[in-house]
Amino acid sequence: MKTILKYTLSFTVGLVNSLFGAGGGLVAVPLFKRQGLSQKEAQASALSVILPLCIISAAIYNHLGYYKLSDALGYIPFGVVGTFIGTAIMKKVPDRILRKVFAAFMIYTGINMLMR
Amino acid sequence: MDLYMIISSLLAGVLGSMGFGGGSVLIIYLVNFLNLPQKQAQGINLIFFIPCAILSVITYRKRGMVKLRRTLPVTLFATVGAILGFIILKFIPTEILSKLFGGFLVTFGVIQLLKKVR
Repeated sequence: MKTILKYTLSFTVGLVNSLFGAGGGLVAVPLFKRQGLSQKEAQASALSVILPLCIISAAIYNHLGYYKLSDALGYIPFGVVGTFIGTAIMKKVPDRILRKVFAAFMIYTGINMLMR
Repeated sequence: MDLYMIISSLLAGVLGSMGFGGGSVLIIYLVNFLNLPQKQAQGINLIFFIPCAILSVITYRKRGMVKLRRTLPVTLFATVGAILGFIILKFIPTEILSKLFGGFLVTFGVIQLLKKVR
């Protein structure tokens, strides 16, 4: 049962990444925590799973003609700056705070999407 | 280039690099403020996230935070899931896609919160 759940959740991570273009981490982090990783390890590991998925998804989305590469370029520099901030936060902020922020963020985003 | 754009992409970078599925922030900005089609917004977010993810993963690997023994099988099955996702993606109407995403996020958020209360 546990193994089935693990495979189902893993499958869902990929499904979500390709279907929504985001949100895989929201499934992956709890999955890794179930496997005994700490909050931070789970978040970091989730990212390492999402990276290859994003590359594949980005390529296919582009191939399907949903967007152009040039559409995204303007945002990337700020994203990179944000990445430096985020990785620094991951170093300093305690697990339990991250956990709460994580959950709150999920709900906030979900409600936002539903309201559209 | 305006303030919203800067804040959105900055925030998306911060949250995304922490594994928070931060791409949602950028997608919300692209769809709500720029009125871009959902699928285009998702595509932009995907490309945007790649450099962020690369930098993040390199950093976390150095810190020993990435557990490869755990991530490899997950990545494998995730790839299979992604294939199904692409098939659905081709046929699903945009409005349903947005609502589905919202529902998914709220569900997972609630589950997370409930777990903590215990």
